[in-house]
Amino acid sequence: MSGWRVADVVGARRETSTARTLSLRIPGLGGNLAGQHVDVRLTAEDGYSAVRSYSIATAGTGETLEITVDELPDGEVSPYLVEDVSVGDQLEVRGPVGGWFVWKPEHTSPVQLIAGGSGIVPLMAMIRAHEASDNPSAFSLLYSVRSEEAAIYRDELATLAERSAKLAVDYVYTRKAPAGWPAEPKRLDQATLLARAMPVQAEPSIYVCGQTVFVETVADWLVRAGYPPATIKTERYGGTGGTS
Amino acid sequence: MEHGLRLRASEWRGILLQTSKRAIMGIISSGFRGRGHSDNPALPPGQYETDGFPVLSAGPAPDVHTAEWEFFIQTETGARHSWSWDEMMALPQDEVTRDIHCVTSWSKFGTTWRGVSLDTLFESVETTFDFTMAHSYGGYTTNVPLEDLLDGKAWVAWEFDGEPLERAHGGPARLLVPHLYFWKSAKWVRGLQMLQYDEPGFWESNGYHMYGDPWREERYS
Repeated sequence: MSGWRVADVVGARRETSTARTLSLRIPGLGGNLAGQHVDVRLTAEDGYSAVRSYSIATAGTGETLEITVDELPDGEVSPYLVEDVSVGDQLEVRGPVGGWFVWKPEHTSPVQLIAGGSGIVPLMAMIRAHEASDNPSAFSLLYSVRSEEAAIYRDELATLAERSAKLAVDYVYTRKAPAGWPAEPKRLDQATLLARAMPVQAEPSIYVCGQTVFVETVADWLVRAGYPPATIKTERYGGTGGTS
Repeated sequence: MEHGLRLRASEWRGILLQTSKRAIMGIISSGFRGRGHSDNPALPPGQYETDGFPVLSAGPAPDVHTAEWEFFIQTETGARHSWSWDEMMALPQDEVTRDIHCVTSWSKFGTTWRGVSLDTLFESVETTFDFTMAHSYGGYTTNVPLEDLLDGKAWVAWEFDGEPLERAHGGPARLLVPHLYFWKSAKWVRGLQMLQYDEPGFWESNGYHMYGDPWREERYS
C-alpha cells in the first residue's frame, strides 16, 4: 500500500463553484472502504512534487473511485485538481489509507453524520455505501454549509433522502438560507446540534468531519451532552489520518 | 499471419528506458508548478512547510485537569513509577526548539517546547524491555522503541511557544518525540508501558507505519 500507482482521470464534474469531483481509475486497486482517503502526488516538469490527502467520496470493490476536491484560495495542489486536470490525464495516487474513520456495511448502530463544508466528502462515501447495501440502520446527516449553492452533492442527497426510508438529510445554513427556509442563517450552535442530532438514547455512531474548529467544537458539545467519547469519530478536512 | 509484436533490441531498450524513467520521474502534471523546491534541507521528503499548527486527532479531546493528572512508567516487574503534576513540575526542565513533521505532510520548523526529558524520568526505572506503548487520556495509544525516548530525544511537554499547551494540542501534557512523525508524540499522555516486543498502537493498527521516520517517509504500513 505504501507505493505510488498511476491513476487515469476517467471523469470530472463540477459540484459547486469551488468543488470538483474527479473519477480515478487505478489499475490494481482492490476497492476502498467508506471514509478512507488517498494521497495524490503532482509532479512539475522540473521534478518538484507536492502531495496532499483527499477523502474518497465513494466506496466499493472496483478499480475506480471518486475524490471531491474543494479549491483552497491559497492552495498549492487543489487549484490544479479543480481547474486544470482533464479527463485522460494521469495522476499518482497512494492508498487508500485509513482504518479508523470508516463505516462498514456490517456495522449495526444507527449513524449520525455531521459535516461542515467539504467535510461532507467522506461522509458521502458512507451514505452511498449504506444506500448500496441492505444494512437497515438509520443514517442521519446534519450538513452545515454556507449556502444552498455551496452544498456539495445537494441534488444527489435530495434524491437519496426522498427515495430512502433509512436516510434523513438536514441542513444548517451559515451565511445564506434558501427562500422559505425556517431558520435565519447562522453558525451551528449547541442547541441546534442537539435538537437535530439523533438522541443519546439512540446510541448512534457519530462521524464528524469539517474544519478543525468546527470538529473540535461539535465533538465537545456532543461529549458534554452525554454522547460517549468512544462513539465519536472525527476527521479534519484538508488533511486526514495522523494525530498531531 | 503473425500478429506478434516484434521489436528490435534497440526498441526494447527504448521501452525499458521509458518505463524506468516513468517509474523514477513519476507522472508529470503538465502546467503544474507548485510552490517550487524548498531550499531548506530540514524538510523531509514529501513534506511541505506550514506556519500554522493544524490539529488532527481521531476523536474528541479529553478534558484532563492537572489536579487529577499523573504520568506513569510501568515495567515488566509490575513496578509503577508515577508523577503527579506538581512532582513533574519540580523536576529539572528543558526548553527545546525542534522541527515537527506530521504524516499528513506538513512540517513546522522551530517549535519551542518546555518539558521534562524522558532521560530524567527513566533515571529511577529499571527495565530490560526495549519497547514502550504510550497511553493517553481518552484511550489513544502509540508504540515507540525505548531508544527513541532516551538520550535527549523525547520529553513530556506542557508548554508550546511559551504558553500552556492547549487542550486541542494535547494539553495539559503530551509526549514530544520530534524525530518521528508527530502521531508518535501522543497528546494527553498518561504514561508508558514497557513492552518486550514491539506492538502496534492506535494508528499503527489502522494502516500507519510501526516506526514512522519522516526522513525515510515511513508513513504507512
